[in-house]
Amino acid sequence: MLETYWDPVWLTLKLATTTTLLLLLIGTPIAWWLARTRHWLRQPIAAVVALPLVLPPTVLGFYLLLVMGPEGWVGQMTQSLGIGLLPFTFEGLVVASIIYSLPFTVQPLQNAFEAVGEGFLEVASTLRAAPWDRFLFVAVPLARNGFLTAAVLTFAHTIGEFGVILMIGGNIPGETKVLSIAIYDHVESLEYTEAHWLSAGMVVFSFVVLVTLYALNGKARSGALR
Amino acid sequence: MTASSTIHARFQCAFPGFSLDVDITLPGSGITALFGHSGCGKTTLLRCMAGLQNAPGTMTVLGEPWQTGTFIRPVHKRPLAYVFQETHLFPHLNVRKNLEFGYRRIPVGDRQIGFEDAVRWLGLESHLERMPAGLSGGERQRVAIARALLTSPRLLLMDEPLSALDLNSKQDILPYLERLHDTLAIPIIYVSHSTEEVARLADHIVMLEEGRVVAQGPLRETLAGTDNPFREEDDAGALLEGQIIDLDDCWHLALFRFDGGQLWLRCDHRMQPGDQVRVRVLARDVSLALAENSDQSIQNLVPAVIDQIDADVAPGISLVRLLAGPTPMLSRLTSRAVAQLDLKPGMNVWMQIKSVVLET
Repeated sequence: MLETYWDPVWLTLKLATTTTLLLLLIGTPIAWWLARTRHWLRQPIAAVVALPLVLPPTVLGFYLLLVMGPEGWVGQMTQSLGIGLLPFTFEGLVVASIIYSLPFTVQPLQNAFEAVGEGFLEVASTLRAAPWDRFLFVAVPLARNGFLTAAVLTFAHTIGEFGVILMIGGNIPGETKVLSIAIYDHVESLEYTEAHWLSAGMVVFSFVVLVTLYALNGKARSGALR
Repeated sequence: MTASSTIHARFQCAFPGFSLDVDITLPGSGITALFGHSGCGKTTLLRCMAGLQNAPGTMTVLGEPWQTGTFIRPVHKRPLAYVFQETHLFPHLNVRKNLEFGYRRIPVGDRQIGFEDAVRWLGLESHLERMPAGLSGGERQRVAIARALLTSPRLLLMDEPLSALDLNSKQDILPYLERLHDTLAIPIIYVSHSTEEVARLADHIVMLEEGRVVAQGPLRETLAGTDNPFREEDDAGALLEGQIIDLDDCWHLALFRFDGGQLWLRCDHRMQPGDQVRVRVLARDVSLALAENSDQSIQNLVPAVIDQIDADVAPGISLVRLLAGPTPMLSRLTSRAVAQLDLKPGMNVWMQIKSVVLET
């Protein structure tokens, strides 16, 4: 009993951590490109990145289900690679979460990179720093707050995911049954006590995350003025 | 001047509302000022030289091609240093790490300027562990200059390094810049719109107007040329270099000798006989007399020969170019005075010099 009670919590944390780490890797180059390019594709790409913000999660989940399903091109590809089908697996949830939470990684990073400004990078180039060097030792440290914000927002947003997961993950204990689904399940079966525990836990967790984020941001800001 | 000892820059490009068309050869030593009003293109030219601004053209520094018609060497592969107007010290690094940023990125064998030397030259010994945000404007600019020097550049580019500073900070930094000029063999290209800075620091000057070069040459000759834009600013003048040869403590005066005559200056308490100084004599402070009149208040009378007489930009004013020995001088007179005294090129006259501006 205890095990199944905590299962969704661990699964949710695992999903959020995996998603956050992968998204920081994927989102950073996208954000860097969006922050610096004058390419005509900039606006369309920015719009695509922001789509998950406005689309109902069910729409996103529906198309992911089709694309990753046996008839979809991603599904065909994963099958031919011997991975099998992604829907109703943990890996499928990770892929869906990456798309769902993309704007929460890219937008804070993009803002932070834009705020770094051309001046510091130009100075670095006159001090013999090659493009990679400038990115790692000037842009990233100066955009530190952006990385922090992006990581926390992505993590928290993935934890709050519901609609997409319901569409492509279903409700498999230990595999795709995350917290939000578990709460929904409990309410459906009128187990209000369990639903209360998990829900109240989410409220407290979210509050703590946000307070920590604001505190860290404030500290970093006053730190820069030291 | 051979190609391996000069800096050659040719850039031709159009920007919105402005075009640059410059082809200049600069000496490979000393300080060259790029001088002009704001918007004349001097900063753009400097950025083109550094490679920070992409513009078609060529750039050759001491025999090394930095940009040709077919190839542009990226900024980070050029042995240059650039001091920006807004210092751009990295806010996440302390002063020491800022200084080390470029220093650690050049090969050990290329480090001709030692870390301790640069720190000492710019007086940063006690600031190394501080963060940039806590420094004053003058201190920040000193850190920026030291950081640039620590890449042991073959060319130092400075974009109005003093213009963002208040008067006190400027006075604080100028001696450091003068010391660099005296101790380092690195050629410096210095963008400025301040006649005072240019007169004090530069050896060579390029005057720009709307993206074109309107005058260039060694500072003294160019400043005294009558066809240069300095005259529009009411501070056309000649720059004299010479030596303090005597002090008169009773009247608080110092006797200054230059190649072409002697002048009495107001004594500065730091002056010592033997000091090399630069003084500027503004054209508007020079009047001309046909004879040596000693019954008047002006103390400085210097004989000279009229070289050329031009109309000034202002109506009714003439600009007279003179030679005191080999030294070019300027005098600004009303055209009526020129007519009444019947001044002509080749005439011997006395310059009555009302005041002299000390530059050092």
